[in-house]
Amino acid sequence: MNESILSVEHLTKRYGENTILEDVSFSVARGEVIVIVGPSGCGKSTLLRCLNALEPIQGGEIRLDGETVDSGAKDLTRLRQRIGMVFQSYELFPHMSVLNNILIAPVQVQKRDREEVKAEALELLERVGLSAKKDAYPRELSGGQKQRVAIVRALCMHPEVLLFDEVTAALDPEMVREVLDVILDLAREGKTMLIVTHEMSFARAIADRVFFLDNGGIVEQGKPADFFDHPQTERARQFLRTFEFESVK
Amino acid sequence: MNWEFIIKYLPLNRKAAWLTLRLGLLGIALSTLIGLFCAAVRYYRIPVLHPLVRVYIEISRNTPLLIQLFFIYYGLPKIGIPTDPASCGVAGLSFLGGSYMAEAFRSGLESVEAIQTESAYALGMSRFQTLRFIILPQAAAVSVPAFMANVIFLLKETSVFSAVSLMDLMFTAKDLIGLYYKTTERLFLLVAFYLVILLPVSLLGTVLERRLRYAGSGT
Ligand SMILES: Nc1ncnc2c1ncn2[C@@H]1O[C@H](COP(=O)(O)OP(=O)(O)OP(=O)(O)O)[C@@H](O)[C@H]1O
Ligand SMILES: [Mg+2]
Repeated sequence: MNESILSVEHLTKRYGENTILEDVSFSVARGEVIVIVGPSGCGKSTLLRCLNALEPIQGGEIRLDGETVDSGAKDLTRLRQRIGMVFQSYELFPHMSVLNNILIAPVQVQKRDREEVKAEALELLERVGLSAKKDAYPRELSGGQKQRVAIVRALCMHPEVLLFDEVTAALDPEMVREVLDVILDLAREGKTMLIVTHEMSFARAIADRVFFLDNGGIVEQGKPADFFDHPQTERARQFLRTFEFESVK
Repeated sequence: MNWEFIIKYLPLNRKAAWLTLRLGLLGIALSTLIGLFCAAVRYYRIPVLHPLVRVYIEISRNTPLLIQLFFIYYGLPKIGIPTDPASCGVAGLSFLGGSYMAEAFRSGLESVEAIQTESAYALGMSRFQTLRFIILPQAAAVSVPAFMANVIFLLKETSVFSAVSLMDLMFTAKDLIGLYYKTTERLFLLVAFYLVILLPVSLLGTVLERRLRYAGSGT
């Protein structure tokens, strides 16, 4: 792992009087996979949304490869092209076919050659097992298929960093796997990713570092083995216990 | 029913029908422009204009066209703005139609979920690209039924034009009724002509709706 690609310094985010994130600092190395966990409402989605300037921030600085990310920046759209994001709820464009969902941004925003992007899109669809669905509309896909398309759509922009916000949270259990497998594959390829998830065994398998977010800040961070087996703080222990069940027999 | 009378006055009717249709379409085109503008102002909550547009919509929707026409036709000359029947009719129709169109477009725009805009932004699209490629196509599909209903409503409202002595269908009818007392025939022609204009529009609307419903919605 080498130089840092994303750095966050003293980030503060408020909604009105409500402070959601306070003085959060961290940096992410190129090729690193960060998994962010924490109780519901602790600000995980908010943090990701700040990283590609979907939310204005009230303090601190976010830098992507040295360039400041700021919701008021002139070249905001150029910065956002370098950060891919996939959300929890399916956010495909319902009026476009799978292929057009994937092509619209590379062709219209990046002005790349349509045929060239199409070839790449078909290859990626093939990889996630969806080449047969290229002309389907989103309403004809299952939740897991939609999320795989959303991932391909983000990948086709060639982002330097990928953000995943609980991309399997709305899926039926049997579809979770197919989506997580795609993300595991991206990790093997060396993509830089920040992943919010409640799938703890997935987190353990994919993370280089785990961040435990609570009370507006990163309470604890470390290698997955350390964090999951030897959490340092009482808050983290408590949080991890919510995923365990004791035998009732 | 006196068919001879009907045939004799058919040309006069056709002329009136043509005029009515032209003024009606012009009014509808202007209504559409006003409607798009007002819907955009409300959707993006543009300061200053936003409350003004709301006031306009309330006034326009809650007063009858007849009153609006009288106001324009007899009121404006009093403050030095000359009016003629044709432009007055178009202005009145646009004033009325603008607010109905605005509401039709606004409900379309607001039916597009915020996450759609956010995912477009996350893909690096500008506000304009997001509007053009993501919001408008989805909004249009939702707006079409209300839009077509408004077109028909406004075409029907052209029957009020005669109030400002415009030679439209209605006026020709009243005129002839006055001259010949052939009420049944005249009213028959009147209804027939409105049907000739309105039925194709209504049919077009049904076809459009069916096609757009397929293209539009449903994740
Ligand atoms: N637009 C908003 N306006 C005001 N408060 C908000 C807004 N969005 C989120 N919040 C608040 O910010 C806090 C953090 O929300 P966020 O969605 O980031 O949590 P999360 O960690 O992603 O939770 P979950 O695990 O449930 O997704 C919550 O208390 C939420 O109520
Ligand atoms: Mg969340």
